[in-house]
Amino acid sequence: MGEFQVEDKKKQTIIPIGPYHPLQEEAEYFKLYVEGEKVTKLDIELGYQHRGIEKLCETRHFDQVVFLVERICGICSCSHPFAHVNAVEDLCGVDVPIRAKYIRCIIAELERLHSHLLWLGLAGHFLGYNTVWMWAWKYREPVLDICEFITGNRNHYAMFKIGGVRQDIDNNDIPQINKMCDDLIPALDMFKGAVMDDPVIHARTKGVGILTKQEAIDYCVVGPTARASGVDIDVRRDDPCAAYPLVDWKVIVTPNGDVFDKVVVRVLEMYESVKIIKGCLEGLKKEPKGEIDAKVKSFPPGEGIGHYEAPRGEVFHYVLSDGANRPARYKVRAPSYMNIPSNQVACTRGTISDAAITLAAVDPCYCCTERSAVLDEKTNKKIFGWEDLLRLSQEKTERIKKRIPLNPPFVPTEPTSVKGEY
Amino acid sequence: MNVVEEVQQKLDKKINKFFKKNEQRYYIDIDAKEIVPSAKIMFRDIECRFAIATGTHTPQGFEILYHFSHDKTGKIFSLRVALDKNAPEIESITSIITGAEWIEREMWEMLGINFKNHPNLKRLLLAPDFPEGVYPLRQKPRE
Amino acid sequence: MKLTLKALTKSIWVFHAACSPCNNCDIEILDLLTPRYDVERFGIVLASSIRHADALLVTGFPNYKTAKKIKYLYEQMPKPGVVIAIGTCACGGNFFRDSYSFVKPLDEIIPVNAYIPGCPPKPEAMIMGVVKLIKALKAKNK
Repeated sequence: MGEFQVEDKKKQTIIPIGPYHPLQEEAEYFKLYVEGEKVTKLDIELGYQHRGIEKLCETRHFDQVVFLVERICGICSCSHPFAHVNAVEDLCGVDVPIRAKYIRCIIAELERLHSHLLWLGLAGHFLGYNTVWMWAWKYREPVLDICEFITGNRNHYAMFKIGGVRQDIDNNDIPQINKMCDDLIPALDMFKGAVMDDPVIHARTKGVGILTKQEAIDYCVVGPTARASGVDIDVRRDDPCAAYPLVDWKVIVTPNGDVFDKVVVRVLEMYESVKIIKGCLEGLKKEPKGEIDAKVKSFPPGEGIGHYEAPRGEVFHYVLSDGANRPARYKVRAPSYMNIPSNQVACTRGTISDAAITLAAVDPCYCCTERSAVLDEKTNKKIFGWEDLLRLSQEKTERIKKRIPLNPPFVPTEPTSVKGEY
Repeated sequence: MNVVEEVQQKLDKKINKFFKKNEQRYYIDIDAKEIVPSAKIMFRDIECRFAIATGTHTPQGFEILYHFSHDKTGKIFSLRVALDKNAPEIESITSIITGAEWIEREMWEMLGINFKNHPNLKRLLLAPDFPEGVYPLRQKPRE
Repeated sequence: MKLTLKALTKSIWVFHAACSPCNNCDIEILDLLTPRYDVERFGIVLASSIRHADALLVTGFPNYKTAKKIKYLYEQMPKPGVVIAIGTCACGGNFFRDSYSFVKPLDEIIPVNAYIPGCPPKPEAMIMGVVKLIKALKAKNK
């Protein structure tokens, strides 16, 4: 709906973004109200990706719901099943075999790795660093390879099952997964260096799109968005599930709440993910080959709540059972549902050229650039869509690049150990 | 004093029924008219995070579960309110918890529950041309 | 062979329209652009506007809000152009067919030239689908 309206009375301009550009899991249509360069108001319209999964869940068996909730989001495709099995196991009161716990954690953390790498690449793209985009996605591929190696599919893993997992990880395969983790570390070091040392990224992201701690609490935001604002929450630690209490890792919290902190949280979280995977693999080695499924047969009437920390924040599933073999009511809350409204405050303090990265900082599930289109019938009006917004954002980086001499000159170099592998 | 006792003490007479599912999950039945002060106690005093609300169409009528997550301990407290079968209506908690705006809009369009004093009650997910008066999440009456 | 059709089979510019997918097919499409698969070698570029595109990639099933939009997008596409349905949702609705949000299958709204099933299809499968489509177009216009 690309339409450039000027309301004469208020001197307010409306910049529509979308609707054809789902920035997060849920697609939306942003209307930016601007006065000159300043964003004054943000209106969000949802529903372009509404599929009615909650209702569909009521028509499926508990075991089939796993596959259905997996398809809520392609990037969180193991977080939703994780929360679902947590909810149903809470309903039934079963405990999962230790081996299954480790395998669940490994898959979940592999997903976090590729999701954060994806986000990092897109954030680079929004700022005009297309090299970052290409490199981040290049190093994402080995992670997907390992996922395919373990589960048989690159994205929808279908590993989760009520009471356990569907496939075991062979102990002979552990060194290969370990090697992938080791190979990833130099790449992460490179990204960390690129973010921490680059004055242009500092200038573009520091103090931009700030969400204060109080606002984060009021909007009930979750995940990296909350942790970057100094709210110390992480479901993996607070309400431990699977093997998270068995391995050593820590929660990353930063105080400022701007885009830079959100980048830092995500980059540092990837190191923690690698640590968790390695810890789980160690644990898996010690466990004898054995049961991976608790074999849940019946589902009692009652209620269950399961939540899990997806890459984007807490996913929350509620299941109501009336004793039949399918849920009587199923409720899903994805993290972006709580995070997107916080853009209403985070965005309104900045300029239009900062809007792209601020909207993206909450979490673009995915590159919206290619998905936005000008769909309005009033073609004679000036078009000012996501494309232009992105261009503005990238031009600002170029301007800053010219102003800030690279001192000390930072030239990101590809780590030698993984060079030439692909 | 642990958080469960604190919740029991602070909500006190508002509690109709206190059900402990297990160590981490608690379900508390309250009256519909007490929801705003109760949500205020949970959110401000006990410093729980509002996770989400679940609206359900049951044979007896409608009920809403307000899930509050106490992140220091990982416990989840769900406040349950029962609503009228024919004209479900409840006070909005958006004035206390900004993050509840969207879910109330969603329950309004999906279940037809009216939220009094909601600042912006319009459709969130359904298309503008989706038929009026059709609430997708309502159960069909059994024949 | 008509010139426009001959041109269509060379360096296809694609426009990607998502109508309520789960994002997975979309990521795999983007994945094609990145170093591992790098389809820009073949001149395949993601166009930023449908008016510049030769092919429309559709992921997901059309719901109430996107069904009209996808028809409008198709009308804006320069002809001759091709429509490629990517993923099981776009091909037939997957298990969202029973949803209240489902309007009708994609190929009843706009003509579809190629179907690439899979949930999600692997990037290799997408490349293969496009190659097969090009071959079919060439054969038809000899």
